[in-house]
Amino acid sequence: MYSQGLTDAKGSEEPQELLDAFQKKIDAEIKIEPRDWMPEAYRKTLIRQMSQHAHSEIVGQLPEGNWITRAPTLKRKMILLAKVQDEAGHGLYIYSATETLGVSREQLTTELLTGQAKYSSIFNYPTTSWADIGAIGWLVDGAAIMNQVPLCRASYGPYARSMVRICKEESFHQRQGYEIMTVLARGSEAQKIMAQKALNRFWWPSLMMFGPSDKDSKHSEQSMKWKIKRFSNDDLRQKFIDATVPQAEHLGLTIPDPELKWNDDKQGYDHGEINWDEFMNVIKGHGPCNHQRMQARIKAHEEGAWVRDAVEVYQANQQKIKEEAA
Amino acid sequence: MSSKLYEVFIRSKAGLNHRHVGSLHASDEKMALMNARDVYTRRQEGVSIWVVEAKYITASNPAQEHQWFDPAEDKVYRHPTFYPLNKEVENM
Ligand SMILES: [Fe+2]
Ligand SMILES: [Fe+2]
Repeated sequence: MYSQGLTDAKGSEEPQELLDAFQKKIDAEIKIEPRDWMPEAYRKTLIRQMSQHAHSEIVGQLPEGNWITRAPTLKRKMILLAKVQDEAGHGLYIYSATETLGVSREQLTTELLTGQAKYSSIFNYPTTSWADIGAIGWLVDGAAIMNQVPLCRASYGPYARSMVRICKEESFHQRQGYEIMTVLARGSEAQKIMAQKALNRFWWPSLMMFGPSDKDSKHSEQSMKWKIKRFSNDDLRQKFIDATVPQAEHLGLTIPDPELKWNDDKQGYDHGEINWDEFMNVIKGHGPCNHQRMQARIKAHEEGAWVRDAVEVYQANQQKIKEEAA
Repeated sequence: MSSKLYEVFIRSKAGLNHRHVGSLHASDEKMALMNARDVYTRRQEGVSIWVVEAKYITASNPAQEHQWFDPAEDKVYRHPTFYPLNKEVENM
């Protein structure tokens, strides 16, 4: 029965009893592990979701990497380096979890570099001042945390475990960003303006990180059933807004949304309409930095070729030495 | 490049078992160890690392989970609680 399921998974027909047993496991909050039977659609959806997530961690290094050499103090530089290094680590955790679904790292890399795979729209915005690094840590990592905390309970074991690791590291990211903002907001008039401008630039793109509005979100229902998504896009966005507005007030900064106001009935904030045209535009590759980001990734990959070659030669030589000694 | 897949196990402190934490790619054991240190122990998560090439791990078949592990289910007599203790004997 097991091997039959495997064969069928590659074709179109999957035995109903296996599908039912699978869903029953998920409903009972039993994790799915790499070698367990799973519907092909579940595997494919996970590969897409997880690889997009991994790519986002990797591309997400670029906007912040932009400020490593120009961080205002040695302390800030060390913190930023550690943060960006963490993001590389996050990419690796998720890539390795994705590989357990039977897709190779090489294929994932190729999909990113050829533009077949997507990554989060937020990383296609430029970082034009030091305050943007503060805004990114506070808002972008803050939004990422909102997304990732529920994923620690995702039904796929390796994914959930990588999220647990990641979430532990993310709160440092958010706090260091908020601290940058705090220092600027309490600084000179010019610094305060810098902080406000960074908030203005990153507020709306951060809200877009949660994806399209629920009424336009095409993958949601099945993903919820499979428990690889626990809350809807709009619910997570609302949580983020409710958590963030008081933090902005504490800094004495203004959220750039004139329609933002507290709604006592829903015990949350109402907010203005998101510019979905801008969102779609960035997703389709026409954001301010899409081209630049892809070029940077391709360049890094190509310029790293000699390292991969050198490793290969080294390995062959080591093998030869071993054989000669034997 | 001929990179291999390694599974990584970390002992978080002396006295505890090594525990599987994830995997990574490397060209040999030495590189795997160094990468594991950078990827999985940036915050003192470990005092010792094992890496083993994934292909050397033999695993039980998840489809046989019930055949393999259910037989232990009805052997309650393997647990101390199966044996009622006389009231007079307080500890055993
Ligand atoms: Fe991250
Ligand atoms: Fe982060």
